[in-house]
Amino acid sequence: MFDFLDNPQYDLLGAFWVTVKLTLYSALGSLIWGTLLAGMRVSPVPLMRAFGTAYVNVVRNTPLTIVIVGCSLVLNQTLGFALGGENFEDIGFRMAVLGLVAYTSTFVAEALRSGINTVPVGQAEAARALGLTFSQVLRLIVLPQAFRSVIAPLANVLIALTKNTTVAAAIGVAEAASLMKTMIENEADALFAVFGVFALGFIVLTLPTGLILGWVAKRVAVKR
Amino acid sequence: MTSVLYDTPGPKAKRRNVLYTVVFLAVLAAVGWWVLSVMAEKDQLTADKWSPFVTDSAVWTTFLLPGLGETLKAAALALVIALPLGALLGIGRLSDHTWIRVPVGAVVEFFRAIPVLLMMVFAHAAFVQFTTLDSEVRPLYAVVTGLVLYNASVIAEIVRAGILSLPYGQTDAAKAIGMRKGQIMAYVLLPQAVTAMLPALVSQLVVIVKDTALGGAILGLNELLFQIRPITANYGANTIAAFTVVALIYIVVNFALTSLASWLESKLRRRKKSTGATVDVTDIDTGMGAGVATEVAGPEPGK
Repeated sequence: MFDFLDNPQYDLLGAFWVTVKLTLYSALGSLIWGTLLAGMRVSPVPLMRAFGTAYVNVVRNTPLTIVIVGCSLVLNQTLGFALGGENFEDIGFRMAVLGLVAYTSTFVAEALRSGINTVPVGQAEAARALGLTFSQVLRLIVLPQAFRSVIAPLANVLIALTKNTTVAAAIGVAEAASLMKTMIENEADALFAVFGVFALGFIVLTLPTGLILGWVAKRVAVKR
Repeated sequence: MTSVLYDTPGPKAKRRNVLYTVVFLAVLAAVGWWVLSVMAEKDQLTADKWSPFVTDSAVWTTFLLPGLGETLKAAALALVIALPLGALLGIGRLSDHTWIRVPVGAVVEFFRAIPVLLMMVFAHAAFVQFTTLDSEVRPLYAVVTGLVLYNASVIAEIVRAGILSLPYGQTDAAKAIGMRKGQIMAYVLLPQAVTAMLPALVSQLVVIVKDTALGGAILGLNELLFQIRPITANYGANTIAAFTVVALIYIVVNFALTSLASWLESKLRRRKKSTGATVDVTDIDTGMGAGVATEVAGPEPGK
């Protein structure tokens, strides 16, 4: 029943490795861009606030499939951006990461903004009374506490991101979901076994993330 | 809340803010100019690539509106099937009998943990193998099946969180007047939980609408995203114009739903009669939330 696992034609671990790489690069990118967006949304400059709000509302309401297919079809194939990628495989991967970052960062920004809300007003007031500027207040006082309180929501975003990397299959990135599609087409008699293997693969990826980060969240949370 | 981070600007801060505004505007304008010039270079700005969406109603009646119809049909079907199924699973997870609670919990956690795309692909293959469904309707069935499996388990968690958000005194009081378990659920807990769940359910509809786009990209369902291909084939490679219009339609539909959800939420919060508690969907939708999934957002202090 599980004969297909021995077939050298299917690089199961390789496909899941692409999924892991997509997740890690996108997570890093979304954390940076999401923090910047959250910073813009609470900044004293009205134009930056407006930009942050507009970006988050527009991108969050766009399907991720549109964002990723758009990166590939519009940015790459129509406008010719390649992000330094050399071949089809490289370019597809980078476009998928770009799309995932653009989309996931809105959720990171919203999580962070709710984290900023959990920091007591007195903290910011005390910081301002010491003469710290807005960026110092944010960088030194508010964000470090906000980050500690939003680890659990960010873990959820990371798990959703892991599952969302499957959308990269839509632009031909050779990750787990696209391998599953190929395998299901070729091994019709082992349909349930193939599905089970890939389902298990995703559970193995997401379950530890939730458990470990849930434990970290409890440890580092600011006790108030 | 943002104003706690900075003081009301004085003359110096005002000048600085103006400076930041100008710099930020310049950066935005530079990016915009760069994108437009590349678009112009690749011949994507010419009027005949964009005008069909305004002047030619055929592009709407032949492609965009039927595509939107298919998207909404798939989303509506998925919601209508997933809602009762999810309610059942959610109540099952709260059952007193271990032999119901444990398997239902396993099912819910399983379908919440794996990507919805895997379920759509699996359902598609299963329909090919085990049914004689016509290949024209197969993508729709597969997409709806995938969406139902995933969203029923998410809705189950919403229902569970909604019921758990009610004060325990409600159950106590119902028991005291001699109601049985089924009656307590049907007459006391569920009606109240529904109001707490309503915003979360509307938000979940946004997720469903967005996920239908997967069906077009992977399984060839004739939904809105899928229409970009025939449009660009018929109207002269206007990829960017078609993409922009399709994305805008999604954004308008989903923004309306998001606004409805937050309006409902603020309305429920203001109402004195209910507990004011609402279920936070963002923690539930992602799945495998290591216990955070059951968190319930209470009324914000001071509101």
